[in-house]
Amino acid sequence: MSSNINFDMAVFARRKRANKIGLTLSMIAMAIGMASLIWILSILFIKGFSAINLNMFIASTPAPGTEGGGLANAIVGSLLLVGSCTFISTPVGVLAGLYLSEYGDRSRVASLTRFVTDIMLSAPSIVIGLFVYALYVAKVQHFSGWAGTIALALIAIPVVVRTTENMLRLVPGSLREAAYALGTPKWKVAFMVTLRAAQSGIMTGILLALARVSGETAPLLFTALSNQFFSTDMNKPIANLPVVIFQFAMSPYDNWVSLAWGGSLLITFTVLGLNILARVVFREKVQG
Amino acid sequence: MMSNMKTMFDLNKIDSQGGKVETTNQHSEQTAMNALEVRNLNFFYGAFQGLKNINLDIEQGKVTAFIGPSGCGKSTLLRTLNRMYDLYPGQRAEGEINFYGQNILEPGQDLNLLRSRIGMVFQKPTPFPMSIYENIAFGVRLYEKLSRSEMDERVEWALNKAALWTEAKDKLNQSGLSLSGGQQQRLCIARGVAVKPSVILLDEPTSALDPISTGKIEELINELKHEYTIAIVTHNMQQAARVSDYTAYMYLGSLVEYGKTDEIFIKPKRKETEDYITGRFG
Repeated sequence: MSSNINFDMAVFARRKRANKIGLTLSMIAMAIGMASLIWILSILFIKGFSAINLNMFIASTPAPGTEGGGLANAIVGSLLLVGSCTFISTPVGVLAGLYLSEYGDRSRVASLTRFVTDIMLSAPSIVIGLFVYALYVAKVQHFSGWAGTIALALIAIPVVVRTTENMLRLVPGSLREAAYALGTPKWKVAFMVTLRAAQSGIMTGILLALARVSGETAPLLFTALSNQFFSTDMNKPIANLPVVIFQFAMSPYDNWVSLAWGGSLLITFTVLGLNILARVVFREKVQG
Repeated sequence: MMSNMKTMFDLNKIDSQGGKVETTNQHSEQTAMNALEVRNLNFFYGAFQGLKNINLDIEQGKVTAFIGPSGCGKSTLLRTLNRMYDLYPGQRAEGEINFYGQNILEPGQDLNLLRSRIGMVFQKPTPFPMSIYENIAFGVRLYEKLSRSEMDERVEWALNKAALWTEAKDKLNQSGLSLSGGQQQRLCIARGVAVKPSVILLDEPTSALDPISTGKIEELINELKHEYTIAIVTHNMQQAARVSDYTAYMYLGSLVEYGKTDEIFIKPKRKETEDYITGRFG
C-alpha cells in the first residue's frame, strides 16, 4: 500500500468521521420513518383485523344503537366513486400530459397549464371539496355521488397529467425521429409510438393517482356526503369508506368504532396493493 | 400542390420497384441520373452556421458516403436531405436541394410524403414498442392499404431485404425490443425499406454495433444499392472505402473534396483530405 503521493492522514480521518456522522444521521431519520409506519400498521392491524368478517362485506352500515352491521354500502360506494373518477381523470390527464410533452412544449399555454397543475397538486383537498360544493352541490341543491366524483377527479387529474408528461419526456427523441423518418404524421407519432413507449409509466401514474384518491375524505364531506343505506344512485348522496370511517370513529357506539377500524385496514391494504401493483407494472417496463 | 407532388415523387423512373432503376442504370452509362442535387446549401442552428455553401450531387443507385471529423456537419447534411431538422425550431436551411427536380426546401412541401420517399436509419437502433411484424407494417399502413396476405408478403419481403427473415420468422409477434442490437438495426432497415422509398439515408448505422453485425449491415448496403440510392454518414473510413461509390470529405461545415471513392482514397486532390484519410489528422 505504499505510494509516493502526499497522503495526509488527518484529511483522511476527517473524511471518515464526516462519513460516519452522515451515515448515523440518515439511519436515525430512516428509523423514525420506519418506526412510525410500523406503529401505524400494527395498531391498524390489531384493532381492525377483528372487525373484518364476512358480514362486513354483506351488511350495510348499522343504524345508531343497533348491533352488528357492515360496510357493504360504503365499499360499493367507494368503488363507484373511485371507478368513475378514474374514468374521467385518465383520458383528461393523459391527453393533457400528451399536449404538454408533445405539442405545447415551450408555449405559453403549456407553461401556464404546468403552473396551474403544480398548484392543483399541492392544493388542500378540502378546498377542492368546497369548490365543488359551491359550484355544483349548491346549484343542484343536494349532495350526490357525481359531485364526489368531480371532486376526486380534480385531485387525480393533476397527478396523471404530471406523471404522463414526465414519462413521455423519458421517451428518447430518437424514437420520435425514427417515426417521423417514415413519413408518420405528428398525431400518429404521438399516439402510436411515443404514448405506447411510455405506456407502463403512465399506467403507474394512474394507479398512484387512484391510490391517492381512494383515501381522500375531505373532498367527499362536502360532495358525496354519505348514506346510511345501500345505494348505487350516483345522483344521490352515496356512502363511501373514508367518510364512514370519519363518522364512525368519532361515534360513541363500540360496533361503529370497530367498523371504522376495519374500514381503515381495508383502505390501507387497497392503497398498499395499488402501490405494489404500480411498482410491478413499472418494473416490467424497465425490463423491456 | 399535393397531387402535383405525388406525380413528382411517384414518377416511374424514380420508383425503386419493378426494375425501373435498372433500366435507368443501363443508360446511365452515358448520362448518370442524380437522385438529389444540393445547391448552395447553408444551414443554421440558430446563429451558428453548421453548413457552408454545400454543392453536391447524389447519384441514383449508388452509395455516397459522408466522412469527416466529429462536428464537421456530415450528419447535419444528411438531416437536411429529408428535412429532419424541421422538427426543431431555430434550425433552418437556405439554398436548394433538388429531389428529382423538385426543390424540397421550398415552403409548402408535404414533409410526411417527402420522408416516405427518403427514408432514414439512425445511429442507435430504434425499434418501436410493438411486435416485429407491427414495426414493419406500421410504416406501410401510413401510405398503402394492403390486405392481410399482401401485408404478410410485404413484411416477409422487407425482412428478407434486411437479411433478418430467417432469424425473425418464428417470432414475428414478439416485441421488436427482444432482438439483439444488430438485429434491431436490421429491423429498422427493414422498416425503412418496407415503405419502398427511393433514397435511404443511413446516419452512422453501425457505430453502436459489434464487428459481426457491422459486417452484416455492410453486406446489406451492397445488396440494397442495386435498388435504392443510399447516402451514408460514417466515422469509419474503411467502411466508407468498402461500401461507397462516392465519398464526400467534410470539414468545419464545408465540403472539402467530393468524388469517386477510389480516387478520394487512392489519390485525393486536396492535402486536407489526404491528411484525414491517412490518419494524420482527425
